[in-house]
Amino acid sequence: MSLKTRVSTYTLSVALIWSSGAFAQKAEVLHWWTSAGESAAVKVFADQYAKTGGTWVDNAIAGGANARAAGINRIVGGNPPTMMQFNTGKQFDELVTNDLVRDVETAAKAGKWREIMPKPIVEATVRDGKFYAVPVNIHGQNWLFYNTKLLKDAGVEPPKTFPELIETGERLKAKGVIPLALGGQPNWEHNLFRAVLVGSGGADLFRSVYGKRDTKAAKSAEFKEVAELFGKMRSLVDPGSPGRNWNDAAALVITDKAAMHFNGDWAKGEFTAAGQTAGKEYGCTIVGKDPRLVIGGDVFVFPATKDKDQLAAQDKLAEVLLDPATQLEFNKKKGSIPVRLDVDVSSMDICAQKSASVLKNPENQVEAMELLSTPNFSGAMQDAVTQYWNNPNMSADAFVEKVTAAMQSAS
Amino acid sequence: MAIVSIPTAVASSARPLKSRRRVRMRLPAALALLPTALIVLVVYIGCMLWTVRLSFTSSTLLPKLDWVGFAQYSRLFMNDRFLVSAENILIFGTLFVSGCLILGFLLAVFIDQNVRAEGVLRTIFLYPYAMSFVVTGVAWQWFLNPGLGLQKLVRDMGFENFTFDWLVNQEMAIYTIVIAGLWHGAGLTMAILLAGLRGVDADLWKAARVDGIPTWRVYLSVVLPLLRPMVVTATVLLATGVVKLYDLVVAMTLGGPGIATEVPAKFVMDHLFERNNIALGTAAATIMLITVVVILAPWVYAKYVRPQGRPA
Repeated sequence: MSLKTRVSTYTLSVALIWSSGAFAQKAEVLHWWTSAGESAAVKVFADQYAKTGGTWVDNAIAGGANARAAGINRIVGGNPPTMMQFNTGKQFDELVTNDLVRDVETAAKAGKWREIMPKPIVEATVRDGKFYAVPVNIHGQNWLFYNTKLLKDAGVEPPKTFPELIETGERLKAKGVIPLALGGQPNWEHNLFRAVLVGSGGADLFRSVYGKRDTKAAKSAEFKEVAELFGKMRSLVDPGSPGRNWNDAAALVITDKAAMHFNGDWAKGEFTAAGQTAGKEYGCTIVGKDPRLVIGGDVFVFPATKDKDQLAAQDKLAEVLLDPATQLEFNKKKGSIPVRLDVDVSSMDICAQKSASVLKNPENQVEAMELLSTPNFSGAMQDAVTQYWNNPNMSADAFVEKVTAAMQSAS
Repeated sequence: MAIVSIPTAVASSARPLKSRRRVRMRLPAALALLPTALIVLVVYIGCMLWTVRLSFTSSTLLPKLDWVGFAQYSRLFMNDRFLVSAENILIFGTLFVSGCLILGFLLAVFIDQNVRAEGVLRTIFLYPYAMSFVVTGVAWQWFLNPGLGLQKLVRDMGFENFTFDWLVNQEMAIYTIVIAGLWHGAGLTMAILLAGLRGVDADLWKAARVDGIPTWRVYLSVVLPLLRPMVVTATVLLATGVVKLYDLVVAMTLGGPGIATEVPAKFVMDHLFERNNIALGTAAATIMLITVVVILAPWVYAKYVRPQGRPA
């Protein structure tokens, strides 16, 4: 062995040690998963990342809006975290257009993300043909949770359509049960409205309203029918609803006070925490002619950086997040389902299995509002919906007018 | 400002040697004030100007320095929610400030009657002020919730038809915010006015008694005018609470039912941080600033500008 080769071997081994040291670099992760179930879920990621030799620095900030504001300020200020959470959708659009986040197209190509993830999720994460975020889960937003015992006592089946739901509700009310538990805060009222819109109006109407902001769709007979159904549902809610938190609403179903509750599948966490099992004490179903599931979820973005160690840590993280076993473990704790549809979900609860099987048919995949519309338009819609819901004297026509006004004025 | 300007006037009329010594004596004071002055200029004034500038742009998630004229303002004044917010802050401001002053004054007069256990009562009345608006809001939300609080309590006692559902009633919800605000702020007003009452010369009371003037009349016509500085202090403190009203609403109603209890500060916060609409949020903030300036201007003029010619 000549001196030259010995030197280069030495250099190589040093370089190897150096680069394996890079994986031990700190990855600071900014997210807003602070509830018990959520932090258990994020710990799955942290542990898996630690197994690869990295150090996970957890930076959890309570409240999505707060966390996003803090993270965006740091990114713009030039001191970004290694990885940051967003909801799947348009929240990070401007970070992409301003070159503040890295694309992960290489990892996406290698992992065949386009083939294993539902199209709406792919489209919500890809900008100009490149993945700019790593989707980690799918949340269904329009589930109807029901109390099996109360429905059985009243002799009714879980409703399949919204007119049926109103009828069922009236019968339950006659029995002295709260038919519909609602967290009476504007965003939950809005979530209920979207469940009615997709279930009764259909996926196309949902897309034209939130995606295309089509005023013709808002003035259509179908939309008015949705508005009227939604208006009728006011009488199914108890007077204590305004201002209530969503978890208190779920608790009404858990404690046999209310029969039905619309929410995203994250509400399962409340039932699980109360020791209840899906399919036994409570059931879950999608109301509507076809089982259209409104899907959103969470993604992680990687803020742009020139630091080689950070880049290496980001690459490693992208790999860890989408590992099939990690995906399964994480989503069991989170209440969502794996973003990879190729993961075997038979070990998950019955609602998650239902969710996964519904999503096997691409026609059932409906993009959530966050994927279709800007936060600003969503907010304007929310203002319109909450005014309509809380004012029984407001007509469906007046509501349609407010919706069209929101479509025209919101940026 | 006023304190600084008096020595200047004196110094300029004195001999040059003396004035130089004054300058040297004031140098440390000026140095000590410099950081504060800089912070006021850069942080407060700077941010205010930046906010006003942003309100003329089309910024959404990130600030963008284009120019769209008054587009955001016309959008703002067509926005149902902002108009309701403006109306609500007017209702809240009027009722809260006047209510706290009246209630605080009555409480102060009551305690001033040499009641027994004065210390205990004073503590009880002042106690709510020690709580944050968030705690106040949550407590009152529970207390006024028709299914949990007052209404249920009275109904359980046998009055089946008793109804008090203001919290969930669109028309009345803003008044529940006023009630919680009064509960929170009346004690502080009482403490300030009570300090004033204690400062009233005992001879005045004796003179009034000799003249046979009824007690209520003495309070109204003699004592109240003497308390003017305390009333002004209390009003200023309460008024700042009105402008920044946010946490109480968020904790108590989250602006609901519907948009019935929305307030301008919440409008600004929501648009800045949740709705990626910096431009509209800053436009609303600018309107808030202008309103405050318009209200304060006559007072500042009367207090500082007009009397300058006269000897203090």
